[in-house]
Amino acid sequence: MTEPAPDLVAADLACRRGERLVFAGLSFRLPPGGAVVLTGANGSGKTSLLRLLAGLIGPAAGRLAWGARPIADDVAEHRARLHYVGHQDGVKPGLTPCETLVFWAALRGREVRRDAPMLTAALAAFALEAVADWPCRWLSAGQRRRLALTRLLVIPAPLWLLDEPFSALDDDNRVRLEQAIRAHRAAGGRVALATHIPAEIGAADEIGLDALAPRHGDAGEE
Amino acid sequence: MAAFIGLFRRDLRLALRQGGDTGLVLGFFVLAVVLFPLGIGPEPAVLQRVGAGIVWVAALLAALLSLDRLFQSDYQDGGLELLALSSLPLELAVLAKCAAHWVATGLPLALTSPFLAFLVDLDPAAIPTLTLGLVVGTPVLSLIGSVAAALTLGARRQGVLLSLLVLPLYVPPLVFGAGAVEASAAGTGARAHLLILAALTLAALPLCPWASAAALRQALE
Repeated sequence: MTEPAPDLVAADLACRRGERLVFAGLSFRLPPGGAVVLTGANGSGKTSLLRLLAGLIGPAAGRLAWGARPIADDVAEHRARLHYVGHQDGVKPGLTPCETLVFWAALRGREVRRDAPMLTAALAAFALEAVADWPCRWLSAGQRRRLALTRLLVIPAPLWLLDEPFSALDDDNRVRLEQAIRAHRAAGGRVALATHIPAEIGAADEIGLDALAPRHGDAGEE
Repeated sequence: MAAFIGLFRRDLRLALRQGGDTGLVLGFFVLAVVLFPLGIGPEPAVLQRVGAGIVWVAALLAALLSLDRLFQSDYQDGGLELLALSSLPLELAVLAKCAAHWVATGLPLALTSPFLAFLVDLDPAAIPTLTLGLVVGTPVLSLIGSVAAALTLGARRQGVLLSLLVLPLYVPPLVFGAGAVEASAAGTGARAHLLILAALTLAALPLCPWASAAALRQALE
């Protein structure tokens, strides 16, 4: 445990969705405290790359490893060290934000009481205290998105995979998320972020997926 | 374990809070059984003969009614991805969801069945067998149903496809469940039928979550 945390290493990744090769030849390295920002046109594979990093889909080619260890070797361990916040918030209209967070914590194997300080603090970080006991069906799109982001803070995990997290957020909350990301990185956390909006999250590598898209005609070949 | 209980609790809470799920299933069950005496006439002899079958068929259809909701809402709102990324293996997640589904639908069906037995003039001595058979047999309905619900995720007309897949697989629990009641009314003892029902449940318990999880992974790809 004393040795330095390893890098997340992607080498020569390719992704195929159905018949179509979305991108190929993607290599990057994400050290502790590092961040990559994924840019590209709609359909260039930003979401696919994040899902691939989460282990939800397998790469068509290439290697994905945590340090020297391929992620495919221990998928359960990889899941435990990441948070994935996708387009969809996974918020159930029938539950309250508090209940939702208790459930999400339980999914990570953690039993959290509804009045636990960590829940209150996480809700406060995204200014959701006032609606903590409302049914989620009353929440606006932005509030639901903030609730999904609160998950990042309740159970710490070293790798955050964020898919357009700024969509539906107003300026104040965009700043809150940027702060959360910077704090996460300062504590040695890593972030992979797909976004259209320039975000102030500190120095970050940019991966332009448009440049990695195979030209028309290459799509069919293996 | 915390994840298993958390998921079970959440699904149960959603089913009870939205109220609709359990209420709809029970309402359908009662109405379907009530329609039969109206259709085939009130002669006690006829009803007694077909009563067990009617109650079981109505229970199957009622359970079927709620199946498409099992994974659909999680699939649509991104919750399924969270489940797949949780510390809980997907097989156990399916098992937790099936358990919640059974408590919210199968169990209430079984507990309502004694009242419906009077409507079809079932031999009172056979009523405990009917209820026991439903308690033991309805878990199979949730478990087999979960496989079909996972396979049809994202399909157009999911409900219809689901029925076509599931109803043939519901034949064994139907045969032995209705058979148990008949055997007990005839005085030959329902033990063998009930044991076979229990065996079906025990076989489905490890096999169905495994198949459902494979189908869910496919849906997530």
